[in-house]
Amino acid sequence: MKYAYYPGCSLHSTAKEYDLSTKEVASALGIELVEIPGWACCGATPAHLTVQSLSIALPVKNLLQAKNMDAGDVVTCCAACFSRLKIANHFMETETEKRKEVEGIVGERYEGEVKARHFLEVLTKDLGLDKLKTKVAKELKGLKVACYYGCLLTRPKGVTGIDDLEDPRLLDDLMGTIGVEAVKWPYKTECCGASFSLSKTEIVLKLSGDILEMASDEGAEAIVVACPLCQSNLDLRQGMINKKLKKSFDIPIFYFTQLVALSLGIAPGKLGFDKHMVNPVKLLKKKGIIA
Amino acid sequence: MKIGVFVCHCGTNISHTVDVEEVAKAAAKLPNVHFATTYKYMCSSPGQALIADSIKEKGLDRIVVSACSPSLHEKTFRKCLEEAGINPYLVEMANIREHCSWVHSDRAQATKKAIELVKLSVAKVSRSKPLSKSFIPIEKRVLVIGGGISGIQAALDVSFAKFPVVMVEKEPSIGGKMAKFDKTFPTLDCAACILTPKMVGVAQNKYVTMHTFSEVVEVSGHVGDFTVKIKKKARSVDLKKCTGCGACYAKCPVKVTSEFDEGLGKRKAIYVPFPQAVPNVPVIDRNACLWFTKKTCGLCKKVCAIGAIDYDQEDEIIEEKFGAIIVATGFKQFDHSVYGEYGYGKFKDVVTGMHFERMANSSGPTGGKIVRPSDGKEALDVVFIQCVGSRDEQKGVPYCSRVCCMYTAKHATLLREHNKNAQAYVFYIDVRAAGKNYEEFVKKAQDEYGAVYLRGRVSRVFEKGGKLIVRGADTLSGSQIEIKADLVVLANGLIAQDDATTIAQMLHIQYDKNRLFTEAHPKLAPVETITSGIFLTGACQSPKDIPDTVATASAASVKALGLMVHDKLEKDPLVARTNNDLCSGCKACYLACPYSAIEMVEIEDRKLKRKRMVSRVIEGVCAGCGNCTAVCRMGAIDVEGFTNRQIMRQIEAL
Amino acid sequence: MKWFVSQDVIKAPIQDILERGSGQKVRRCYQCGKCSAGCPMSFKMEHLPNQIIRMIQLGMEKEVLSSQTIWLCASCLACTARCPREIDIAEIMDFLRRRAYLKRVKPKLDAKVLLFNKVFLWNVEWFGRLYEIALIGMFNMFSLEFFKDFSIAPKMFLMRKIGLFPALKINRKEIREIFKRSHKVGLDQKDK
Repeated sequence: MKYAYYPGCSLHSTAKEYDLSTKEVASALGIELVEIPGWACCGATPAHLTVQSLSIALPVKNLLQAKNMDAGDVVTCCAACFSRLKIANHFMETETEKRKEVEGIVGERYEGEVKARHFLEVLTKDLGLDKLKTKVAKELKGLKVACYYGCLLTRPKGVTGIDDLEDPRLLDDLMGTIGVEAVKWPYKTECCGASFSLSKTEIVLKLSGDILEMASDEGAEAIVVACPLCQSNLDLRQGMINKKLKKSFDIPIFYFTQLVALSLGIAPGKLGFDKHMVNPVKLLKKKGIIA
Repeated sequence: MKIGVFVCHCGTNISHTVDVEEVAKAAAKLPNVHFATTYKYMCSSPGQALIADSIKEKGLDRIVVSACSPSLHEKTFRKCLEEAGINPYLVEMANIREHCSWVHSDRAQATKKAIELVKLSVAKVSRSKPLSKSFIPIEKRVLVIGGGISGIQAALDVSFAKFPVVMVEKEPSIGGKMAKFDKTFPTLDCAACILTPKMVGVAQNKYVTMHTFSEVVEVSGHVGDFTVKIKKKARSVDLKKCTGCGACYAKCPVKVTSEFDEGLGKRKAIYVPFPQAVPNVPVIDRNACLWFTKKTCGLCKKVCAIGAIDYDQEDEIIEEKFGAIIVATGFKQFDHSVYGEYGYGKFKDVVTGMHFERMANSSGPTGGKIVRPSDGKEALDVVFIQCVGSRDEQKGVPYCSRVCCMYTAKHATLLREHNKNAQAYVFYIDVRAAGKNYEEFVKKAQDEYGAVYLRGRVSRVFEKGGKLIVRGADTLSGSQIEIKADLVVLANGLIAQDDATTIAQMLHIQYDKNRLFTEAHPKLAPVETITSGIFLTGACQSPKDIPDTVATASAASVKALGLMVHDKLEKDPLVARTNNDLCSGCKACYLACPYSAIEMVEIEDRKLKRKRMVSRVIEGVCAGCGNCTAVCRMGAIDVEGFTNRQIMRQIEAL
Repeated sequence: MKWFVSQDVIKAPIQDILERGSGQKVRRCYQCGKCSAGCPMSFKMEHLPNQIIRMIQLGMEKEVLSSQTIWLCASCLACTARCPREIDIAEIMDFLRRRAYLKRVKPKLDAKVLLFNKVFLWNVEWFGRLYEIALIGMFNMFSLEFFKDFSIAPKMFLMRKIGLFPALKINRKEIREIFKRSHKVGLDQKDK
């Protein structure tokens, strides 16, 4: 299994631990990730709020880069990058007139032929949970988590939609496979405030605070995410949320890849747990998952 | 006299609260009671068998069933008695369920009350008399009042079963309101194209007799045997001779406004209301005709080659007999002249939905152009105002007229179809489109025909600089809206015909506070009236669109046909009866009867040796309600099965 | 009443422009309010999402473009996912923001989102990828909130969550060229 790997800006900065754990999981499972040389930012939300052509051209540029390296589908771990890549592909497939203008911008013909995948899909669909189960060295028993998918993994239907719109299950099933108990909770796809992290921090504090509260009410000890923006809003801002809402949440926010890596027997030292604002080691030790 | 008392447990419905064994024990001690017992379910087959066997074995001649309401199982037990060989009217039911176990919780008290109830029934049944059913012969003809789509459908359905139908229509042609419509929602097929084949079908049908330009003036009798007087107004044209050539109205020099075109067009003094009229025979408007007003002209008579014009024709009253009557008198469009804020009906360019229909029609007064009646210019900005008269307790009626949302959506669609540059603005409160393909139709008017829907009533319309300024609101955005319109179309609601109450009184059927005819049951008898043999269809009962109207027409026809297939009608003997010896002829019962089942007749009093008036009950009409008994000071009128003697005995037993 | 609307406003071309540019049929909206019901940002908005759609139906372009609401949309797509009339409301919000950008219309109260977008895109235009230090620094400087996130920034730095230097190995010239051409093309904003 070979993929062109598009880490995106976050995985090279605020979400380094996501990048580290993804690479560890991939190599342990024999998945080859070849980083796209000279990849650039997908433009994220600011691009699609400013100029439509830019919001399509930037992802297309990266997809073309991947096409030329001939490493198969593009895989990314960031739900936002994933969404922008998928939307760009959908645009190039369906908007036959406007496509030509985008081709003019990037200087190459492109009709959405390079598939964009999320690493969660690679594990659950391409590799498959049955196969993964055979590779699990140690089930992470006793850990209760809330699987948080956020907005962009499932929406919009028909463009990114890798799972059910209202009750996605991929993360829950994945957690089940590695022995983690996923609690039932209603905020799987509520919005954390993502793109307002810097510009409207007070909104993020409310929305992310609501998510933390719901997870904790429903008995989760940690939250598992598949997006660096969700992670940073819930983890990085948790201290501020506690201060603002007068709460004392102490909920570690894991990337799913970190927990999968632990179950595969990869050393915790390689998974960047020191990069979390809310210390996850305490909980993992308490549950006897790490020594 | 051997009375048997049968106490039912009704599972535990009764026995849970009432000690049924105790009730049976107490009943056995009552006078004339020969036998008393209990059973789990008295209405079940073994329960009924228990009664039948007891009648035979113990020689019982009267029965009290102490169980549920007689409205549920009285028929069951009457049948049971009949089969066991005694008169079915010698059973009484003591309702110890609804009147006792279901409403009480104290077992001792409830048992006591149940015993009292049984005591009353025993007292009553001891004075019951054997009664026998009566039979009413049925006249196998149906009268349909009204020749709109509703009456037409009813007549066609009845005639299909080969029973004679007489249709009475007050206008010169059948067709009703539907004949005026341009298109029909939600399919937009042409109204005339689907209506005229049915009109012709009526005309050519050998089972249907049409009386157009006629009115029902008197109805007497009862189900199976109605006697009806029909006034055939003088048409001044011989129906049999006229070939419909049209020479008369081509030559007629008098032009007056056309009712059919809602005043937007003209017609002659001798006219057929519209080209596809059935019958295609003109009528002379005697108020406009020069011959009738000034004794001059006479042109029509001169040009009629076959001599069909008859100035001397007079109104004629015919009398016919029917077994059933279908009322299909339709509706009237609400008159918006009470709306000062919309111009009191005086602004020429404020029109009604019906005006719009006529304008949209290619054979209408504007040749299919949507114009401003004031100057004949094409209307570009057209405002539609919904709920005019409807849902307005101050100026109109409280109910929703059901069809206006749909016909307005149709008008908005037609407007764009007639003129690509025209823009429709629809002011609405709610869009009610609960019919098959209706919601889709309204959405299409918005999505594809660009109608702008604004949520709010219009406060006011006024004329300024040749335009109509419409001031409304859009509560969805919180905006005040002002439209300079060329034309304003009001979605006037549907109300009862002016003569609705007269017709209702003539037919002895009920009407509500909106003068709409009342059905016998709002859910389970929607086309029946409380007067047996008279059925309702169409908008005379409540506003209806064409599909619903046609459906009720077929429903009413089936109800009428249900009578037609019988030779005689079985009638319960539980009706009132006058004792001539006691009757003083005071008319109190005659006035109290809600069914008009009492008539006053003259009898020869042998003792007094003179004639005097007494009341007489028309058995076929009497519903046994007992109003007459209650008002009779002489005790001369009695309802069988509920006689004064029986009631008095019950009171004594208490 | 908040506004006065005449038929000149109702006939304004914004509805058609939006339909052409975004492919979204605003006319189809029957104002059920489901978008507003599920919008995580409703609590901050002066006009709810359904009201924005209504205002477009009534041609109120000026009011919509200068509203705070369009800049409060978090692009979470909950509205789009659940709209019974299959209208992509989030796409409409995007279109309106791009139109506001093109027409240089700023929201009445708070233009911080615009500032963030601008700084972010400068960043990408110059460095090819996000260069967090520059992004945070510039944003705080221009928004006059110099000490924002002062509490977490050093910690992040120590965790090496934010690097000192921008990424290398990117063909920045090519990226800048894409920016230049994209601004010229615009795609959805052809109508004036």
